[in-house]
Amino acid sequence: MRSDRIKFLAFALVVLLLPLPLSGGYLTNVLIFVGINGVLALGLNLLLGYAGQISLGQAAFFGLGAYGSGVLTTQFGFNPWVAMVVVALCVALFAFALGFPVLRLKGHYLAMATLGVGVIANIAFNETVDLTGGPSGLSGIPNLAIGTLTFDSDLKNYYLVWCFALGMILLSLNLVNSRFGRALRAIHDSEVAARVMGVNARLMKVQVFTLSAVMSAIMGSLYCHVMTFISPTSFGFSFSVEILTMVVIGGLGSVYGSILGALLLTLLPEMLRTFQDYDIIVYGLLLVTMTIYMPGGLVEGIPALFRLIMPTKKGSEVGNA
Amino acid sequence: MKKLVSTAFASLALFCMSTAALAAPPIKIGALFAVTGPASFLGEPERNTAQMVVDEINKAGGVKGRKLELITYDTGGDATKAVQLANKLVKNDQVVAIIGPSTTGDTMAVIPVVEKAQVPLISCSAGIKITEPVKKWVFKTAQNDTLAVARIYEQLKKEKKSKVAILTVSDSFGSSGREQLKAQAKHFGIQIVSDDTYGPKDTDMTPQLTKIKSAKPDAIICWGTNPGPAVIARNAKQLGLAIPLYMSHGVSSKKFIELAGDAAEGIRLPSGKVLVADLLPKSDKQKGSLLAFIKDYQNHYRAEGDHFGGHAWDAMMLLKGAIERGGDTPAGIRNALEATRNFAGIGGVFSYSAKDHAGLTKDAFTLVEVRKKDWVLVK
Repeated sequence: MRSDRIKFLAFALVVLLLPLPLSGGYLTNVLIFVGINGVLALGLNLLLGYAGQISLGQAAFFGLGAYGSGVLTTQFGFNPWVAMVVVALCVALFAFALGFPVLRLKGHYLAMATLGVGVIANIAFNETVDLTGGPSGLSGIPNLAIGTLTFDSDLKNYYLVWCFALGMILLSLNLVNSRFGRALRAIHDSEVAARVMGVNARLMKVQVFTLSAVMSAIMGSLYCHVMTFISPTSFGFSFSVEILTMVVIGGLGSVYGSILGALLLTLLPEMLRTFQDYDIIVYGLLLVTMTIYMPGGLVEGIPALFRLIMPTKKGSEVGNA
Repeated sequence: MKKLVSTAFASLALFCMSTAALAAPPIKIGALFAVTGPASFLGEPERNTAQMVVDEINKAGGVKGRKLELITYDTGGDATKAVQLANKLVKNDQVVAIIGPSTTGDTMAVIPVVEKAQVPLISCSAGIKITEPVKKWVFKTAQNDTLAVARIYEQLKKEKKSKVAILTVSDSFGSSGREQLKAQAKHFGIQIVSDDTYGPKDTDMTPQLTKIKSAKPDAIICWGTNPGPAVIARNAKQLGLAIPLYMSHGVSSKKFIELAGDAAEGIRLPSGKVLVADLLPKSDKQKGSLLAFIKDYQNHYRAEGDHFGGHAWDAMMLLKGAIERGGDTPAGIRNALEATRNFAGIGGVFSYSAKDHAGLTKDAFTLVEVRKKDWVLVK
């Protein structure tokens, strides 16, 4: 337990100090989205990595959060913070109600059902033109503010998003190391066995589904206030798949793995720009290679790689890389 | 090891310096285009054209003796990415102006970035929201849908046709067109007897067309980008609809005729003049620019320069003119852009002003008809 706390504090310290060497360059802006994507991946990881329930509709909850906040602030004059809370509560209710019928399904059927939820949500964003601006998007969303402090620069938004992200990481860490987390893992390994041991599997699955939906919705709210413009294309099926990829590449069943996966998938396209027209091919090859050679994701893969290199190159220049 | 690397670097740097003439540093211009993704039919010709124009300018000695450097990024048609890349152009590459993005969604997303950074942006997308209301740093080259709609309605009025059915795609291009079609109908004495939409990925529009048939309109207006309109043309032919079919400028390239095949015969659409450059009278102001663009594109890419590449050609040329007149600072470029008058480009004749950052009139569009797999002007 003690080492976990030290690990988290070290991580938080890195997060807080990271913008300093970047001195307001565009990477600060990219890291805002790493924070947002990281929490989305984390939410899905609780559901998939711990409880073993797949969801291909995470972008729907992210979109509901973004559109909920966007519509309430621009069309109904809500205070952004109030809107965020209202939207989070509404999404919680919605996900809870949806969870019971959907999570009775297993495997491919569950994947199909959640995919359907994602598609329906996207159609709703597109078709409710009077509220959401439809396919042309919704502009003029205000920035968040506390008193006279308005979050209108990359640096301010970075700290805002990462404060939320750190809070949710801490929450998740506590959750997976609690009785609840152990019960989730039991459901993952064998639902029948877990039920025999007295775990209310059905309710627990719905609870964790709701939690991941709410996490996504809160990030959606933050996203819309950071961007000040949203359009339905950002919340489609492809984004749901991207979140899933972050989870798998980062490491199923690992809290920090989700953040690592988001970091890699958000930064990788930036690093591959040197390949110009071939960047997508290289990107695909890298992902395939990683999935083949690091089945446990980056969290297990990187230390393993390190162990491979270390004994042969002890005392060489690896350390200062 | 480290020493070796630094020596190598130093020698490489020296080598580069000795080969490059010690001229003034190049003027950096940013470009954001949706080269991949669903809007790549816009982004690819735009990127090709922008690169081509910059190469030509540099070959001719640059702008006022300074070379231009074009830094292009691919947004993939994703608003989040577009914002990140706009930030990169502004903060890391420190460009003096940006051309693009290709889509209205991407453009709307990057507007807050360029407004804050005070860097001029010349968008290549058509959405009316981009320049209405006017934003200080944002201009655009793609014709407003308003003008295309007005051009079609004018023709219908001339032919005394008053009942129309509209069929629009449910994306930003289609919904913007639908808004305009409905808003201007009254002004031209047009009555919309049927109003339907279809999804961008739909492969059969027979149900909508059957419904339209029963409404007995004088004309059908379809608003979308490939491949949807081609499907609609084929479906209409299958159903044996004898009602005149109008398309939007979103399909004004040879690609549409290829996709629709025989079904394209007789279809009319408003288009930028690039499709019919060789048919234009000599007196047309744009003829020189159009022919130059088409010839250049053919030489560089062995393909036909289209309407979409034209948006980037206009953006680059407007920028070149602005740098010549206003210097190489973002503010200077912006002010010179706003003062642009009567620039005959590919999309039309541009005259910007403090009240108008779109700069075109309805003369930007001509009405063309498909005849024997080619375009003819509608008289």
